[in-house]
Amino acid sequence: MDLIIPDFGLLFWTGLVFICLLFVLTKFIWKPILSAVNEREEKITEALELAVKTKAEMQTLQAENQNILKEARAERDSIVKEAKEIASKMVADAKDNAKKESEKVVVAARQTIEAEKSAAIAELKSQVATLSIEIAEKVVRGELDSSDKQKALAEKLVGDINLN
Amino acid sequence: MSLKNRLNFLYIILIAILPLSNVFAAGKNNSELKNDDKKSHEKEFDVSEMIMHHIKDAHEWHLWGPEHGGTAVYLPIILLDNGLKTFSSKNFYDGISKTTVDKITNASVDYLIGVGPAAEYAMFHEKIYKLNNGELTFEDGHVHGSIKPWDFSITKNVLSLFFGATLILVIMFSVAKFYKRNGAVAPKGLAKFLEPLVVFVRDDIAKANIADGKHTKYLPYLLTIFFFILFNNFLGLIPILPGGANLTGNITVTLFLSVCTLIITLASSNKNYWKHIFATPGVPIALLPIMIPIEMVGIFTKPFALMIRLFANMTAGHIIILALISIIFINQNAAWGALSVPMALFISVLELLVAFLQAYLFAMLSALFIGAALEEAHH
Repeated sequence: MDLIIPDFGLLFWTGLVFICLLFVLTKFIWKPILSAVNEREEKITEALELAVKTKAEMQTLQAENQNILKEARAERDSIVKEAKEIASKMVADAKDNAKKESEKVVVAARQTIEAEKSAAIAELKSQVATLSIEIAEKVVRGELDSSDKQKALAEKLVGDINLN
Repeated sequence: MSLKNRLNFLYIILIAILPLSNVFAAGKNNSELKNDDKKSHEKEFDVSEMIMHHIKDAHEWHLWGPEHGGTAVYLPIILLDNGLKTFSSKNFYDGISKTTVDKITNASVDYLIGVGPAAEYAMFHEKIYKLNNGELTFEDGHVHGSIKPWDFSITKNVLSLFFGATLILVIMFSVAKFYKRNGAVAPKGLAKFLEPLVVFVRDDIAKANIADGKHTKYLPYLLTIFFFILFNNFLGLIPILPGGANLTGNITVTLFLSVCTLIITLASSNKNYWKHIFATPGVPIALLPIMIPIEMVGIFTKPFALMIRLFANMTAGHIIILALISIIFINQNAAWGALSVPMALFISVLELLVAFLQAYLFAMLSALFIGAALEEAHH
Protein backbone atom coordinates (compact mmCIF):
# COMPACT_ATOMS: atom_id res chain seq x y z
CA MET A 1 0.00 0.00 0.00
CA ASP A 2 2.77 2.45 0.85
CA LEU A 3 3.89 2.01 -2.77
CA ILE A 4 1.21 4.51 -3.77
CA ILE A 5 1.46 6.83 -0.79
CA PRO A 6 3.63 9.87 -1.49
CA ASP A 7 6.50 10.43 0.87
CA PHE A 8 7.03 13.97 2.08
CA GLY A 9 10.82 13.81 2.37
CA LEU A 10 11.23 12.56 -1.19
CA LEU A 11 8.71 15.15 -2.40
CA PHE A 12 10.78 17.86 -0.76
CA TRP A 13 14.04 16.68 -2.34
CA THR A 14 12.45 16.07 -5.74
CA GLY A 15 10.96 19.56 -5.71
CA LEU A 16 14.22 21.14 -4.63
CA VAL A 17 16.33 19.27 -7.17
CA PHE A 18 13.85 19.69 -10.01
CA ILE A 19 13.38 23.42 -9.47
CA CYS A 20 17.14 23.97 -9.18
CA LEU A 21 17.65 21.86 -12.28
CA LEU A 22 14.96 23.78 -14.17
CA PHE A 23 16.54 27.07 -13.17
CA VAL A 24 20.14 26.13 -13.95
CA LEU A 25 19.31 24.34 -17.19
CA THR A 26 17.10 27.20 -18.41
CA LYS A 27 19.64 29.86 -17.58
CA PHE A 28 22.90 28.22 -18.56
CA ILE A 29 22.06 25.41 -20.94
CA TRP A 30 18.81 25.53 -22.87
CA LYS A 31 19.30 29.14 -23.88
CA PRO A 32 22.76 28.76 -25.44
CA ILE A 33 21.86 25.44 -27.04
CA LEU A 34 18.58 26.66 -28.47
CA SER A 35 20.02 29.97 -29.62
CA ALA A 36 22.90 28.16 -31.31
CA VAL A 37 20.52 25.71 -32.97
CA ASN A 38 18.18 28.51 -34.05
CA GLU A 39 21.06 30.57 -35.31
CA ARG A 40 22.37 27.66 -37.32
CA GLU A 41 18.94 26.93 -38.72
CA GLU A 42 18.59 30.56 -39.75
CA LYS A 43 22.02 30.39 -41.33
CA ILE A 44 21.06 27.29 -43.25
CA THR A 45 17.78 28.83 -44.39
CA GLU A 46 19.60 31.96 -45.46
CA ALA A 47 22.21 29.93 -47.27
CA LEU A 48 19.52 27.97 -49.06
CA GLU A 49 17.68 31.13 -50.04
CA LEU A 50 20.93 32.64 -51.20
CA ALA A 51 21.63 29.55 -53.27
CA VAL A 52 18.23 29.81 -54.92
CA LYS A 53 18.75 33.51 -55.53
CA THR A 54 22.23 32.94 -56.90
CA LYS A 55 20.91 30.26 -59.19
CA ALA A 56 18.23 32.60 -60.53
CA GLU A 57 20.79 35.33 -60.91
CA MET A 58 23.11 32.99 -62.70
CA GLN A 59 20.32 32.01 -65.02
CA THR A 60 19.54 35.62 -65.88
CA LEU A 61 23.25 36.26 -66.29
CA GLN A 62 23.52 33.30 -68.57
CA ALA A 63 20.54 34.53 -70.59
CA GLU A 64 22.13 37.93 -70.77
CA ASN A 65 25.37 36.40 -71.89
CA GLN A 66 23.52 34.49 -74.54
CA ASN A 67 21.86 37.68 -75.72
CA ILE A 68 25.14 39.53 -75.79
CA LEU A 69 26.72 36.68 -77.67
CA LYS A 70 23.85 36.65 -80.13
CA GLU A 71 24.11 40.39 -80.64
CA ALA A 72 27.84 40.16 -81.06
CA ARG A 73 27.41 37.43 -83.57
CA ALA A 74 24.83 39.43 -85.50
CA GLU A 75 27.08 42.46 -85.42
CA ARG A 76 30.00 40.43 -86.61
CA ASP A 77 27.93 39.03 -89.40
CA SER A 78 26.78 42.47 -90.45
CA ILE A 79 30.33 43.82 -90.30
CA VAL A 80 31.61 40.97 -92.38
CA LYS A 81 28.77 41.43 -94.83
CA GLU A 82 29.46 45.16 -95.08
CA ALA A 83 33.15 44.53 -95.55
CA LYS A 84 32.40 42.03 -98.21
CA GLU A 85 30.11 44.50 -99.96
CA ILE A 86 32.70 47.24 -99.76
CA ALA A 87 35.35 44.90 -101.04
CA SER A 88 33.24 43.74 -103.94
CA LYS A 89 32.28 47.33 -104.71
CA MET A 90 35.91 48.34 -104.65
CA VAL A 91 36.80 45.51 -106.97
CA ALA A 92 33.95 46.45 -109.28
CA ASP A 93 34.99 50.11 -109.25
CA ALA A 94 38.55 49.16 -109.97
CA LYS A 95 37.39 46.98 -112.78
CA ASP A 96 35.29 49.81 -114.21
CA ASN A 97 38.12 52.26 -113.96
CA ALA A 98 40.50 49.83 -115.58
CA LYS A 99 37.99 49.20 -118.36
CA LYS A 100 37.51 52.91 -118.94
CA GLU A 101 41.21 53.55 -118.94
CA SER A 102 41.89 50.70 -121.29
CA GLU A 103 39.09 51.92 -123.56
CA LYS A 104 40.58 55.38 -123.51
CA VAL A 105 43.99 53.93 -124.36
CA VAL A 106 42.44 51.87 -127.12
CA VAL A 107 40.59 54.88 -128.49
CA ALA A 108 43.73 57.00 -128.40
CA ALA A 109 45.68 54.22 -130.05
CA ARG A 110 43.05 53.92 -132.70
CA GLN A 111 43.08 57.63 -133.34
CA THR A 112 46.87 57.62 -133.63
CA ILE A 113 46.67 54.62 -135.89
CA GLU A 114 44.02 56.35 -138.02
CA ALA A 115 46.12 59.49 -138.27
CA GLU A 116 49.24 57.55 -139.13
CA LYS A 117 47.22 55.55 -141.62
CA SER A 118 45.78 58.61 -143.35
CA ALA A 119 49.19 60.29 -143.37
CA ALA A 120 50.68 57.15 -144.85
CA ILE A 121 47.87 56.93 -147.39
CA ALA A 122 48.33 60.56 -148.32
CA GLU A 123 52.05 60.10 -148.83
CA LEU A 124 51.44 56.94 -150.76
CA LYS A 125 48.93 58.80 -152.91
CA SER A 126 51.37 61.59 -153.72
CA GLN A 127 54.14 59.15 -154.45
CA VAL A 128 51.82 57.06 -156.60
CA ALA A 129 50.81 60.20 -158.51
CA THR A 130 54.40 61.18 -159.10
CA LEU A 131 55.30 57.69 -160.11
CA SER A 132 52.33 57.42 -162.48
CA ILE A 133 53.16 60.77 -164.09
CA GLU A 134 56.69 59.60 -164.56
CA ILE A 135 55.43 56.30 -165.96
CA ALA A 136 52.97 58.09 -168.17
CA GLU A 137 55.70 60.41 -169.38
CA LYS A 138 57.89 57.44 -170.20
CA VAL A 139 54.99 55.64 -171.88
CA VAL A 140 54.01 58.65 -173.82
CA ARG A 141 57.61 59.23 -174.89
CA GLY A 142 57.80 55.58 -175.95
CA GLU A 143 54.57 55.83 -177.96
CA LEU A 144 55.42 58.96 -179.64
CA ASP A 145 59.09 58.45 -180.44
CA SER A 146 58.12 57.34 -184.07
CA SER A 147 56.25 59.52 -186.61
CA ASP A 148 53.71 56.84 -187.51
CA LYS A 149 52.56 56.60 -184.05
CA GLN A 150 52.30 60.38 -183.73
CA LYS A 151 50.21 60.47 -186.92
CA ALA A 152 47.92 57.68 -185.81
CA LEU A 153 47.29 59.46 -182.59
CA ALA A 154 46.62 62.64 -184.26
CA GLU A 155 44.15 60.94 -186.57
CA LYS A 156 42.41 59.27 -183.70
CA LEU A 157 42.14 62.47 -181.82
CA VAL A 158 40.75 64.16 -184.92
CA GLY A 159 38.24 61.33 -185.25
CA ASP A 160 37.07 61.88 -181.69
CA ILE A 161 36.66 65.55 -182.30
CA ASN A 162 34.57 64.85 -185.38
CA LEU A 163 32.22 62.73 -183.61
CA ASN A 164 31.69 65.44 -181.07
CA MET B 1 22.47 -11.05 -36.25
CA SER B 2 25.45 -12.70 -37.79
CA LEU B 3 26.04 -16.43 -37.79
CA LYS B 4 28.86 -16.08 -35.29
CA ASN B 5 26.62 -14.26 -32.86
CA ARG B 6 23.98 -16.93 -33.25
CA LEU B 7 26.50 -19.67 -32.53
CA ASN B 8 27.70 -17.83 -29.44
CA PHE B 9 24.13 -17.52 -28.26
CA LEU B 10 23.52 -21.24 -28.70
CA TYR B 11 26.72 -21.98 -26.84
CA ILE B 12 25.64 -19.90 -23.88
CA ILE B 13 22.29 -21.70 -23.75
CA LEU B 14 24.00 -25.10 -23.88
CA ILE B 15 26.40 -24.18 -21.10
CA ALA B 16 23.47 -22.97 -19.05
CA ILE B 17 21.41 -26.11 -19.61
CA LEU B 18 24.22 -28.61 -18.88
CA PRO B 19 24.07 -28.46 -15.08
CA LEU B 20 20.28 -28.91 -15.30
CA SER B 21 20.73 -32.50 -16.46
CA ASN B 22 23.06 -33.18 -13.55
CA VAL B 23 20.49 -31.93 -11.11
CA PHE B 24 17.79 -34.11 -12.59
CA ALA B 25 20.13 -37.09 -12.52
CA ALA B 26 21.01 -36.54 -8.90
CA GLY B 27 17.38 -36.84 -7.93
CA LYS B 28 15.20 -35.08 -5.46
CA ASN B 29 16.94 -35.88 -2.20
CA ASN B 30 19.85 -33.66 -2.90
CA SER B 31 17.81 -30.54 -3.54
CA GLU B 32 15.48 -31.21 -0.62
CA LEU B 33 18.44 -31.51 1.65
CA LYS B 34 19.80 -28.25 0.34
CA ASN B 35 16.49 -26.49 0.96
CA ASP B 36 16.26 -27.76 4.50
CA ASP B 37 19.82 -26.72 5.10
CA LYS B 38 19.14 -23.22 3.89
CA LYS B 39 15.95 -22.79 5.86
CA SER B 40 17.89 -23.25 9.06
CA HIS B 41 19.89 -20.07 8.60
CA GLU B 42 17.93 -18.10 6.01
CA LYS B 43 14.31 -17.31 5.50
CA GLU B 44 12.65 -18.90 2.52
CA PHE B 45 12.89 -16.79 -0.62
CA ASP B 46 9.86 -14.52 -0.86
CA VAL B 47 9.52 -13.10 -4.39
CA SER B 48 6.94 -10.43 -3.68
CA GLU B 49 8.84 -9.19 -0.65
CA MET B 50 12.09 -9.02 -2.61
CA ILE B 51 10.46 -7.18 -5.51
CA MET B 52 8.64 -4.75 -3.23
CA HIS B 53 11.86 -4.13 -1.37
CA HIS B 54 13.62 -3.28 -4.64
CA ILE B 55 11.02 -0.99 -6.14
CA LYS B 56 10.40 0.92 -2.92
CA ASP B 57 12.56 3.56 -1.39
CA ALA B 58 15.11 2.57 1.27
CA HIS B 59 17.52 4.19 3.68
CA GLU B 60 20.36 1.97 2.51
CA TRP B 61 21.67 1.05 -0.91
CA HIS B 62 21.81 -2.70 -0.74
CA LEU B 63 24.52 -4.13 -2.98
CA TRP B 64 24.85 -7.84 -2.27
CA GLY B 65 24.71 -10.43 0.50
CA PRO B 66 21.85 -11.13 2.92
CA GLU B 67 19.36 -8.41 3.77
CA HIS B 68 20.96 -7.79 7.14
CA GLY B 69 24.70 -8.00 7.40
CA GLY B 70 25.24 -7.95 3.65
CA THR B 71 27.16 -5.30 1.77
CA ALA B 72 25.24 -2.07 1.56
CA VAL B 73 25.83 1.67 1.38
CA TYR B 74 24.24 3.17 4.48
CA LEU B 75 22.66 6.49 3.67
CA PRO B 76 22.34 9.45 5.99
CA ILE B 77 19.11 9.95 7.90
CA ILE B 78 17.95 13.50 8.46
CA LEU B 79 15.08 13.95 10.90
CA LEU B 80 13.26 17.10 11.90
CA ASP B 81 12.13 16.31 15.43
CA ASN B 82 12.73 19.11 17.94
CA GLY B 83 15.71 20.24 15.87
CA LEU B 84 17.67 18.63 13.09
CA LYS B 85 19.01 15.16 13.76
CA THR B 86 21.39 13.41 11.39
CA PHE B 87 22.95 9.99 11.69
CA SER B 88 23.76 6.99 9.53
CA SER B 89 21.06 4.45 8.71
CA LYS B 90 23.53 1.81 9.90
CA ASN B 91 22.17 2.62 13.35
CA PHE B 92 18.88 1.08 12.27
CA TYR B 93 20.03 -1.76 10.04
CA ASP B 94 22.52 -2.92 12.66
CA GLY B 95 20.07 -2.09 15.44
CA ILE B 96 17.91 -4.32 17.59
CA SER B 97 15.45 -6.46 15.69
CA LYS B 98 12.23 -6.77 17.63
CA THR B 99 9.20 -8.92 17.05
CA THR B 100 5.83 -7.97 18.39
CA VAL B 101 2.23 -9.03 17.92
CA ASP B 102 -0.34 -6.95 16.06
CA LYS B 103 -3.09 -5.96 18.50
CA ILE B 104 -5.91 -6.59 16.02
CA THR B 105 -4.76 -9.22 13.58
CA ASN B 106 -2.53 -11.05 16.11
CA ALA B 107 0.09 -11.48 13.39
CA SER B 108 3.74 -11.18 14.35
CA VAL B 109 5.46 -8.01 13.12
CA ASP B 110 9.20 -7.34 12.87
CA TYR B 111 10.70 -3.90 13.26
CA LEU B 112 14.08 -2.38 13.97
CA ILE B 113 14.95 -0.25 16.97
CA GLY B 114 17.86 2.11 16.42
CA VAL B 115 21.06 2.19 18.42
CA GLY B 116 23.45 5.01 19.26
CA PRO B 117 22.10 8.36 17.98
CA ALA B 118 19.01 6.57 16.65
CA ALA B 119 18.09 5.16 20.05
CA GLU B 120 14.85 7.12 20.29
CA TYR B 121 13.58 5.86 16.96
CA ALA B 122 12.43 2.67 15.30
CA MET B 123 12.14 1.75 11.62
CA PHE B 124 9.29 -0.27 10.18
CA HIS B 125 9.04 -0.83 6.42
CA GLU B 126 11.61 1.95 5.82
CA LYS B 127 9.46 4.43 7.75
CA ILE B 128 10.90 6.03 10.88
CA TYR B 129 8.79 6.35 14.03
CA LYS B 130 9.52 7.76 17.46
CA LEU B 131 9.51 5.04 20.10
CA ASN B 132 6.61 5.04 22.49
CA ASN B 133 7.77 3.71 25.84
CA GLY B 134 10.66 1.96 24.09
CA GLU B 135 8.50 0.07 21.59
CA LEU B 136 6.03 0.37 18.72
CA THR B 137 2.46 -0.85 18.88
CA PHE B 138 0.70 -2.18 15.83
CA GLU B 139 -2.96 -2.17 14.98
CA ASP B 140 -4.15 -3.79 11.76
CA GLY B 141 -0.68 -3.75 10.19
CA HIS B 142 -0.09 -0.06 10.94
CA VAL B 143 1.97 1.61 13.62
CA HIS B 144 -0.35 3.09 16.21
CA GLY B 145 0.22 5.85 18.72
CA SER B 146 3.77 6.78 17.69
CA ILE B 147 4.87 10.16 16.34
CA LYS B 148 6.32 10.15 12.83
CA PRO B 149 9.09 12.76 12.71
CA TRP B 150 9.63 14.73 9.48
CA ASP B 151 11.97 12.54 7.48
CA PHE B 152 14.24 14.40 5.06
CA SER B 153 16.68 11.52 4.78
CA ILE B 154 18.91 11.09 1.77
CA THR B 155 17.24 7.84 0.77
CA LYS B 156 18.12 5.60 -2.14
CA ASN B 157 15.79 7.57 -4.41
CA VAL B 158 17.08 10.92 -3.22
CA LEU B 159 20.67 9.86 -3.88
CA SER B 160 19.66 8.58 -7.30
CA LEU B 161 17.88 11.88 -7.88
CA PHE B 162 21.05 13.80 -7.01
CA PHE B 163 23.11 11.58 -9.23
CA GLY B 164 20.66 11.90 -12.14
CA ALA B 165 20.54 15.67 -11.79
CA THR B 166 24.34 15.86 -11.64
CA LEU B 167 24.63 13.64 -14.69
CA ILE B 168 22.19 15.84 -16.64
CA LEU B 169 24.08 18.95 -15.59
CA VAL B 170 27.51 17.53 -16.46
CA ILE B 171 26.39 16.25 -19.86
CA MET B 172 24.34 19.30 -20.72
CA PHE B 173 27.07 21.69 -19.60
CA SER B 174 29.55 20.02 -21.92
CA VAL B 175 27.03 20.32 -24.75
CA ALA B 176 26.32 23.96 -23.95
CA LYS B 177 30.07 24.60 -23.78
CA PHE B 178 30.48 23.16 -27.25
CA TYR B 179 27.96 25.65 -28.65
CA LYS B 180 29.41 28.53 -26.68
CA ARG B 181 32.88 27.77 -27.97
CA ASN B 182 32.03 26.94 -31.57
CA GLY B 183 28.93 29.02 -32.20
CA ALA B 184 26.39 27.87 -34.73
CA VAL B 185 28.30 25.04 -36.37
CA ALA B 186 27.43 21.44 -37.12
CA PRO B 187 27.32 19.53 -33.81
CA LYS B 188 30.04 17.08 -32.80
CA GLY B 189 30.42 14.47 -30.08
CA LEU B 190 27.82 14.66 -27.30
CA ALA B 191 26.16 17.63 -28.96
CA LYS B 192 25.61 15.56 -32.05
CA PHE B 193 23.82 12.96 -29.94
CA LEU B 194 21.75 15.30 -27.81
CA GLU B 195 20.88 17.99 -30.32
CA PRO B 196 18.38 15.82 -32.20
CA LEU B 197 16.61 15.19 -28.88
CA VAL B 198 16.51 18.90 -28.08
CA VAL B 199 15.25 19.68 -31.57
CA PHE B 200 12.76 16.82 -31.26
CA VAL B 201 11.35 18.29 -28.04
CA ARG B 202 11.24 21.74 -29.61
CA ASP B 203 9.61 20.76 -32.89
CA ASP B 204 7.57 17.65 -32.22
CA ILE B 205 6.57 18.28 -28.62
CA ALA B 206 6.49 22.03 -28.00
CA LYS B 207 5.86 23.52 -31.42
CA ALA B 208 3.40 20.79 -32.44
CA ASN B 209 1.15 21.28 -29.40
CA ILE B 210 1.48 24.90 -28.35
CA ALA B 211 0.24 27.27 -31.01
CA ASP B 212 1.26 30.69 -32.26
CA GLY B 213 4.92 30.64 -31.31
CA LYS B 214 4.07 30.72 -27.58
CA HIS B 215 5.99 27.48 -27.21
CA THR B 216 9.33 29.20 -26.57
CA LYS B 217 8.13 30.25 -23.12
CA TYR B 218 7.38 26.64 -22.14
CA LEU B 219 10.30 25.04 -23.95
CA PRO B 220 12.74 25.12 -20.99
CA TYR B 221 10.19 23.35 -18.78
CA LEU B 222 9.39 20.73 -21.42
CA LEU B 223 13.07 20.12 -22.14
CA THR B 224 13.87 19.82 -18.44
CA ILE B 225 11.00 17.44 -17.77
CA PHE B 226 11.87 15.35 -20.84
CA PHE B 227 15.54 14.96 -19.98
CA PHE B 228 14.86 14.56 -16.26
CA ILE B 229 12.52 11.64 -16.89
CA LEU B 230 14.66 10.19 -19.67
CA PHE B 231 17.90 10.19 -17.68
CA ASN B 232 16.28 8.84 -14.53
CA ASN B 233 14.42 6.17 -16.50
CA PHE B 234 17.69 5.01 -18.00
CA LEU B 235 19.47 5.17 -14.65
CA GLY B 236 16.73 3.00 -13.18
CA LEU B 237 17.56 0.29 -15.69
CA ILE B 238 21.18 0.02 -14.57
CA PRO B 239 21.10 -2.74 -11.99
CA ILE B 240 23.95 -1.55 -9.77
CA LEU B 241 24.91 1.63 -7.93
CA PRO B 242 24.40 4.46 -8.92
CA GLY B 243 21.50 3.15 -10.98
CA GLY B 244 18.75 0.77 -10.11
CA ALA B 245 16.68 3.03 -7.90
CA ASN B 246 13.09 3.11 -9.04
CA LEU B 247 12.97 6.91 -9.02
CA THR B 248 10.63 7.63 -11.93
CA GLY B 249 8.53 4.66 -10.80
CA ASN B 250 8.00 6.36 -7.46
CA ILE B 251 4.58 7.92 -6.99
CA THR B 252 6.06 10.90 -5.11
CA VAL B 253 8.27 11.88 -8.01
CA THR B 254 5.58 11.44 -10.66
CA LEU B 255 3.16 13.31 -8.38
CA PHE B 256 5.54 16.25 -8.20
CA LEU B 257 6.11 16.32 -11.95
CA SER B 258 2.42 16.12 -12.78
CA VAL B 259 1.63 18.83 -10.23
CA CYS B 260 4.20 21.02 -11.99
CA THR B 261 2.39 20.45 -15.25
CA LEU B 262 -0.96 21.18 -13.59
CA ILE B 263 0.32 24.43 -12.08
CA ILE B 264 1.82 25.56 -15.38
CA THR B 265 -1.38 24.62 -17.22
CA LEU B 266 -3.54 26.60 -14.80
CA ALA B 267 -1.12 29.53 -14.70
CA SER B 268 -1.10 29.84 -18.47
CA SER B 269 -4.82 29.21 -18.97
CA ASN B 270 -6.83 31.88 -20.73
CA LYS B 271 -10.46 32.97 -20.72
CA ASN B 272 -11.36 30.47 -23.42
CA TYR B 273 -10.11 27.57 -21.29
CA TRP B 274 -12.31 28.52 -18.35
CA LYS B 275 -15.21 29.24 -20.65
CA HIS B 276 -14.97 25.67 -21.90
CA ILE B 277 -15.17 24.47 -18.31
CA PHE B 278 -17.94 26.66 -16.94
CA ALA B 279 -19.95 27.25 -20.09
CA THR B 280 -19.01 24.63 -22.58
CA PRO B 281 -20.06 25.96 -25.99
CA GLY B 282 -22.87 24.02 -27.61
CA VAL B 283 -24.09 22.45 -24.35
CA PRO B 284 -27.67 23.28 -23.25
CA ILE B 285 -27.85 25.29 -20.03
CA ALA B 286 -29.86 22.53 -18.38
CA LEU B 287 -26.88 20.19 -18.72
CA LEU B 288 -24.38 22.62 -17.21
CA PRO B 289 -24.92 21.48 -13.58
CA ILE B 290 -23.67 18.08 -14.72
CA MET B 291 -21.03 19.32 -17.12
CA ILE B 292 -19.33 21.77 -14.77
CA PRO B 293 -18.36 19.15 -12.15
CA ILE B 294 -17.22 16.81 -14.91
CA GLU B 295 -15.06 19.49 -16.46
CA MET B 296 -13.72 20.47 -13.04
CA VAL B 297 -12.73 16.89 -12.38
CA GLY B 298 -11.24 16.82 -15.88
CA ILE B 299 -8.75 19.52 -14.87
CA PHE B 300 -7.26 17.11 -12.35
CA THR B 301 -7.68 13.80 -14.13
CA LYS B 302 -5.30 14.83 -16.90
CA PRO B 303 -2.24 15.36 -14.66
CA PHE B 304 -3.43 12.46 -12.50
CA ALA B 305 -3.23 10.20 -15.55
CA LEU B 306 0.27 11.57 -16.21
CA MET B 307 1.29 10.66 -12.69
CA ILE B 308 -0.15 7.14 -12.82
CA ARG B 309 1.14 6.44 -16.34
CA LEU B 310 4.78 7.14 -15.57
CA PHE B 311 4.63 5.48 -12.14
CA ALA B 312 2.90 2.34 -13.40
CA ASN B 313 5.03 1.93 -16.51
CA MET B 314 8.36 2.26 -14.76
CA THR B 315 7.37 0.21 -11.72
CA ALA B 316 5.91 -2.50 -13.91
CA GLY B 317 9.14 -2.69 -15.90
CA HIS B 318 11.18 -3.12 -12.73
CA ILE B 319 8.74 -5.72 -11.40
CA ILE B 320 8.85 -7.79 -14.60
CA ILE B 321 12.65 -7.82 -14.76
CA LEU B 322 12.93 -8.70 -11.06
CA ALA B 323 10.26 -11.38 -11.37
CA LEU B 324 12.04 -12.98 -14.31
CA ILE B 325 15.36 -12.98 -12.48
CA SER B 326 13.56 -14.42 -9.44
CA ILE B 327 12.73 -17.55 -11.40
CA ILE B 328 16.31 -18.64 -10.70
CA PHE B 329 15.93 -18.12 -6.97
CA ILE B 330 12.46 -19.62 -6.70
CA ASN B 331 13.78 -22.82 -8.25
CA GLN B 332 17.09 -22.58 -6.39
CA ASN B 333 18.90 -23.51 -9.56
CA ALA B 334 21.22 -21.45 -11.76
CA ALA B 335 20.18 -23.46 -14.82
CA TRP B 336 16.92 -21.52 -14.90
CA GLY B 337 19.10 -18.60 -15.92
CA ALA B 338 18.93 -20.03 -19.43
CA LEU B 339 15.26 -19.12 -19.41
CA SER B 340 15.12 -16.09 -17.17
CA VAL B 341 18.21 -14.23 -18.38
CA PRO B 342 17.21 -14.05 -22.06
CA MET B 343 13.69 -13.08 -21.05
CA ALA B 344 14.96 -10.43 -18.65
CA LEU B 345 17.28 -9.20 -21.40
CA PHE B 346 14.36 -8.94 -23.78
CA ILE B 347 12.30 -7.01 -21.24
CA SER B 348 15.30 -4.79 -20.48
CA VAL B 349 15.60 -3.88 -24.14
CA LEU B 350 11.87 -3.24 -24.21
CA GLU B 351 12.32 -1.07 -21.12
CA LEU B 352 14.85 1.05 -23.00
CA LEU B 353 12.09 1.81 -25.46
CA VAL B 354 9.59 2.39 -22.66
CA ALA B 355 12.06 4.70 -20.89
CA PHE B 356 12.22 6.90 -23.96
CA LEU B 357 8.53 6.56 -24.73
CA GLN B 358 7.43 7.58 -21.23
CA ALA B 359 9.72 10.61 -21.24
CA TYR B 360 8.27 11.57 -24.62
CA LEU B 361 4.68 10.95 -23.52
CA PHE B 362 5.02 12.93 -20.32
CA ALA B 363 6.55 15.91 -22.11
CA MET B 364 4.16 15.63 -25.05
CA LEU B 365 1.04 15.42 -22.91
CA SER B 366 2.26 18.28 -20.73
CA ALA B 367 2.70 20.33 -23.90
CA LEU B 368 -0.74 19.24 -25.08
CA PHE B 369 -2.41 20.34 -21.81
CA ILE B 370 -0.57 23.65 -21.81
CA GLY B 371 -1.44 24.13 -25.47
CA ALA B 372 -5.11 23.42 -24.75
CA ALA B 373 -5.12 25.95 -21.92
CA LEU B 374 -3.65 28.57 -24.24
CA GLU B 375 -5.94 27.89 -27.16
CA GLU B 376 -7.97 30.80 -28.44
CA ALA B 377 -11.63 30.43 -29.39
CA HIS B 378 -12.11 29.50 -33.02
CA HIS B 379 -15.72 28.66 -33.68
